[in-house]
Amino acid sequence: MTSLGLYNYWIVIALMMLGLYTVISRGNLVKKLIGLGVFQTAVFFMYISMGFVKDGAAPILTEGVEVYSNPLPHVLILTAIVVGVATLALGLALVIRIKEAYGSVDDDELQAMDNAS
Amino acid sequence: MDAHFQALIVVLPLLAAPLAALLRGRTGPWLLATLVSWAMLGLALALLLKVQAEGTLSYALGGWAAPIGIEYRLDALNAFVQVLLALVAAVVLPFMHLSAAQEIDEERLPGLYAAVLLLLAGLTGITATGDAFNVFVFLEISSLATYTLIALGQDRRALTSAFRYLIMGTIGATFFLIGVGLLYGMTGTLNMADLGERLPAVADTRTVHTAVAFLVVGVCLKLALFPLHLWLPNAYTYAPSAVSALLAATSTKVAVYVLIRFLYTVFGVEFSFGELPLTSILVVLAMLGMLIASAVAIGQQEVKRLLAYSSVAQVGYMVLGIALATTAGLTAALLHLFNHALMKSALFLALGCIAFRMGGTRVEHFKGIGRSMPWTSAAFVAGGLSLIGVPLTVGFISKWYLVLAAIGQGWWWLVVVILISSLMAVVYIWRLVEVAYFETPAERDRHHEAPLSLLLPTWLLVALNFWLGIDTRLTVGVAESAARALTGGGS
Amino acid sequence: MSAGRDAMEGQLILRVVSKFLIPVIMLFALYVQFHGEYGPGGGFQAGVIMASALIVHMLVFGLDETRRVAPLPVLRVLSAGGALLYGAVGIVAMLFGGNFLDYGVLGPTAPTGQVIGIIVIELGVGITVASTMVLLAFLFAERVRER
Repeated sequence: MTSLGLYNYWIVIALMMLGLYTVISRGNLVKKLIGLGVFQTAVFFMYISMGFVKDGAAPILTEGVEVYSNPLPHVLILTAIVVGVATLALGLALVIRIKEAYGSVDDDELQAMDNAS
Repeated sequence: MDAHFQALIVVLPLLAAPLAALLRGRTGPWLLATLVSWAMLGLALALLLKVQAEGTLSYALGGWAAPIGIEYRLDALNAFVQVLLALVAAVVLPFMHLSAAQEIDEERLPGLYAAVLLLLAGLTGITATGDAFNVFVFLEISSLATYTLIALGQDRRALTSAFRYLIMGTIGATFFLIGVGLLYGMTGTLNMADLGERLPAVADTRTVHTAVAFLVVGVCLKLALFPLHLWLPNAYTYAPSAVSALLAATSTKVAVYVLIRFLYTVFGVEFSFGELPLTSILVVLAMLGMLIASAVAIGQQEVKRLLAYSSVAQVGYMVLGIALATTAGLTAALLHLFNHALMKSALFLALGCIAFRMGGTRVEHFKGIGRSMPWTSAAFVAGGLSLIGVPLTVGFISKWYLVLAAIGQGWWWLVVVILISSLMAVVYIWRLVEVAYFETPAERDRHHEAPLSLLLPTWLLVALNFWLGIDTRLTVGVAESAARALTGGGS
Repeated sequence: MSAGRDAMEGQLILRVVSKFLIPVIMLFALYVQFHGEYGPGGGFQAGVIMASALIVHMLVFGLDETRRVAPLPVLRVLSAGGALLYGAVGIVAMLFGGNFLDYGVLGPTAPTGQVIGIIVIELGVGITVASTMVLLAFLFAERVRER
């Protein structure tokens, strides 16, 4: 039953595979970025759920509370989320400029245009 | 004050980046970036001397002692890589002034220099820190700066190659993040030295094995190990000339450093190469990379792409040295890391001179430059000789040590592979030399030598290629002491 | 006037509601900003909330209106200035004899110094995040309008 009890890891793995599959299989650059976002989010879940301590309170100093969840993974993931946002913004900016330069955001069409020139 | 050098070398470019973005015009931001890179070179040299005199240095960021706080930890290995980074930056940035002003719109120049400074901050940050998560953060800082820099290229294909690199690079960095997370889950620490101490107790779990797999694949994506190299040729080809030189000499090298750091310091030699089959996997991939990438390089018409494929092959040599897991092998890998950066940056800068005068870097642009641009083409040939590994150049030194390491293991077939790959380098460099010196340009030649501010940095690197190829005490000494410390003194 | 096309001119309910909401969102951002060292909150979150107030303004009243409130050069200076403020705290801590970002040395006692340090640092983060987010939204919106 332990394998079911660790359901958070099942969710993480499922999301991770969904995201990676989207990145690989979709031709649309924006959809690729969405897949990348899902993939990264899966890793965020992994960290956050790892930091949870059973019966632990939110890690804010309160009187009468002994057990806190581990705040470190949350802090790490806050940083990783910011990195993810920056990546997404840069990716979208590139997509806009690609659209302006090529008139398309489809990977196969871009490849064909590159090969032609 | 010198106690803070370890932090300053990262903080300086990090803070100069927003300043450079605020400045206007073409000279202000460039001057700031150049001065910062020279200051970094001074700091890096001072730190290297200090590490050699006093041993490992530790700096507690924010005053929080390790392993709770973030520790900046400097030993011979990262001090060596920092000197390399600062040296290449300090030479390439003076070159960038004219080269970038020609290739990039003036309004984008402050952004260019801000991105270069961020790239430097990220790369030195990776080498400075002793914290595994911090490595990820700096890795992403440098990668984001790299995507921006590539997208500044003139050709519209620069945009698509930047985008593809963004996807690949983010997947690589996220794999790295997964690995670090799993290690943290097993040990409860992120400090790399602390991880190295705590890991043996839990090394035989599937979690740690998975973490190794994710980390190694993630880092290998970044260092462009065959067959994870597909992003690299386009990225180097379409980036602005000076940026190609900077990237080729620094970013893959820092990824190689991360691989060494994790395999040797965090996982330990016995675990990485004794218990896990990493030696055979890495050796096979490295050899395939050396042979296939060199073969592909021979057929290229665009010289930047040719050099990019040759970089993939050269990364193979470094990984080969790492995978041997002996002091001699690691010494060879570190030497090649340093020396390859010197020769590739010299070659890319010579290409930058050619692009500046001829307006392109395809093979046909090489026609007759032996006569019209004698200094530039001589620099290119000298860099090419170093790439092939002719004696008296740095290329010879590192290949010699690699061959010695291979013989030390009794792997004669490896020596054969190294020689074949070097012969292929002769073929692709000779092809260019032939065009440059023995073909006459189609039209009557109006082109003349590149300006002095481009030639000086190029020739400085060429001179270093020969000087460090003849006087090997500095590089070999540092590389050997770093390798000995990492492999635990023995074997 | 392109502002008229961008703005949701006919949408009376949206305009009235957002006029009410934008100040509240901004106030909430300030609360999150300055509450950060005691509870959940801090510069990142506050910056994004503050930026969302301006982005709502942009969506409802049009890009030109919002650019009058927050001109591009000001945003550029703010986004770099916030980062510099953060770095300056680290450097000042060095000058006071501590390590980089060791803001315990900034006050008479270590805890006071840490409170001063974290407030200034979070302020820097908040300024940078808010102005960068708005800057991004502006630049994207401009690109779309140009075509």
